[in-house]
Amino acid sequence: MIEVDDVSKSFTVRRRTGRLRRSRTLVGAVDRISFTVAAGEFVGYLGPNGAGKSTTIKMLTGILTPSSGRVRVGGLDPSRQRTALARRIGVVFGQRTTLWWDLPLRDSLTLIRHLYRVDRSTHRSRLAELTELLDLGAFLDTPVRQLSLGQRMRGDLAAALVHDPELLVLDEPTIGLDVVSKATVRGFLTRLNAEQGTTILLTTHDLGDIERLCRRVMVIDHGRLAYDGSLQDLRATVDADRILIVDLARAAAPIEVDGARVVRTDGPRQWLAIPPAVNAATVVAAVAGRYDVEDIALREPGIEDVITRLYRTGVPI
Amino acid sequence: MVAESVRMYVVLAGTWMRAAAQYPASMVMLVVTQAAVTSLDLAAILIIFVHTPRLGGFSLPEVMFLYGTAGVSFSVADILLGTAERLGEHIRQGTLDALLVRPVSPLLQIATEDFSPRRIGKLVPTGAVLVLSLPRLDVHWTPDRIALVPLMVAGGIWIFSALWVLSATWQFAVVDGKQATNSVTYGGGYLTQYPLSIFGRDALRALTWVLPLAFVNWEPALRVLDRPDPLGLPVFFHFASPLVAAVLSLLAALAWRTGLRRYRSTGS
Repeated sequence: MIEVDDVSKSFTVRRRTGRLRRSRTLVGAVDRISFTVAAGEFVGYLGPNGAGKSTTIKMLTGILTPSSGRVRVGGLDPSRQRTALARRIGVVFGQRTTLWWDLPLRDSLTLIRHLYRVDRSTHRSRLAELTELLDLGAFLDTPVRQLSLGQRMRGDLAAALVHDPELLVLDEPTIGLDVVSKATVRGFLTRLNAEQGTTILLTTHDLGDIERLCRRVMVIDHGRLAYDGSLQDLRATVDADRILIVDLARAAAPIEVDGARVVRTDGPRQWLAIPPAVNAATVVAAVAGRYDVEDIALREPGIEDVITRLYRTGVPI
Repeated sequence: MVAESVRMYVVLAGTWMRAAAQYPASMVMLVVTQAAVTSLDLAAILIIFVHTPRLGGFSLPEVMFLYGTAGVSFSVADILLGTAERLGEHIRQGTLDALLVRPVSPLLQIATEDFSPRRIGKLVPTGAVLVLSLPRLDVHWTPDRIALVPLMVAGGIWIFSALWVLSATWQFAVVDGKQATNSVTYGGGYLTQYPLSIFGRDALRALTWVLPLAFVNWEPALRVLDRPDPLGLPVFFHFASPLVAAVLSLLAALAWRTGLRRYRSTGS
């Protein structure tokens, strides 16, 4: 569905250096990345701000032309065949709406139906389906500017799916949403991928999205692909510290034990980081032997820790 | 290709109109306000004629004829492409990206945006002035003169439309360039309401060769009203409006494409 082969994108940035003089510098946003996404996959695209996520998305959808390399989406060259590609993909920008502020959601969707030349009866059944799955019924006739963020995002999702695209590209679809809205959006995306076989590529900062939705994760950092694989493998690849939570009988000075160090204390509770090379059982035994311990718990590295670690070290694939 | 674009334009404009029709009272008020504001320009001309019988050598019906032809051309172009000036806003707010991932030209999407009958507010008073001026003109109506009136209005619409797209593309380079765009669009609409001879020969030259607004109505009107050309240009110029319009359209299309391509290789 998506083939990205050795693609780079750099921007010329002009900076004012004198009264009239300006210097031009070439800033690389994406640096020789390659990956493929097969039809029916659900892929998470992850990276810190400015890592090149949006630039990649824009190249895949034909908004930006790559500086070098080859991009194919559904067999088309996005920047040259943008219009033909537009009929086959749906795009959602989480940060800004693609709907029209002053139109009720229903009218926005009708306009979009015309843009994609979806016939009336197909649209009617599709709209009914989307209304049910995304729970749009309550605000279908409300002007978009009056919608809450969660409602608007569901509206944007519906707008991207009016023409039943093969590929759905989502740029931070859960940004700013509350827990309930997030759950609705995630549930909908899961069903869309499983039942209709829609290929989904999603960028996010929300690791919950990745854990609940994506079988495959790609991590981009500083314009380079830092990881491409399953979530479990990512955990295994990146050496993240395990955390030992110790509840002492009373507040005490930081625990001193070989192989681990205290990273945080809160009254009688202390947090110890155990590097991967150290045997956790030895640490636990040492702590329990020397201190008056009420309770003890070991936490495996969370996805957050793994990603933070990955950003810092940049483990190669 | 062209037929498909026209069809899409009609469909999109119609959808916007239906949406606007849900607030009929506000729509009527907007049309009336717009018409009133447009009529103020005419009031200015009428006041001038209280003090002088001729303006730049032209009588009141003749100036009304110039005002009417320019006004109708301007209003129709405004109806068709007036919102093209919003390009800069779309670039600044990043919404151009959303337009680019849809299978219809972004220009078509921007031009039909907010399409509403209120845009007709300008057309009614200017059209009325044109119709009123025709029987009052002291003109020997030969077939070429009769034919030239609708042709000059059509040519004017075409020239204004091309100029507007051209001046909107300026905003690809300068995102806050709406003021500059408006000085061409509204400024042009204002200038062509008057006999261009009143602005002096240098201005007339500039309006012929640099910003060719003289071809909106001035050049063909010289023939209709049987006036000598102050610049002494050949007769061919009276009929050159479609040619000028075609050249401007070509430039506008080129500028639009270049702007869009540069946008797509620089990003936001």
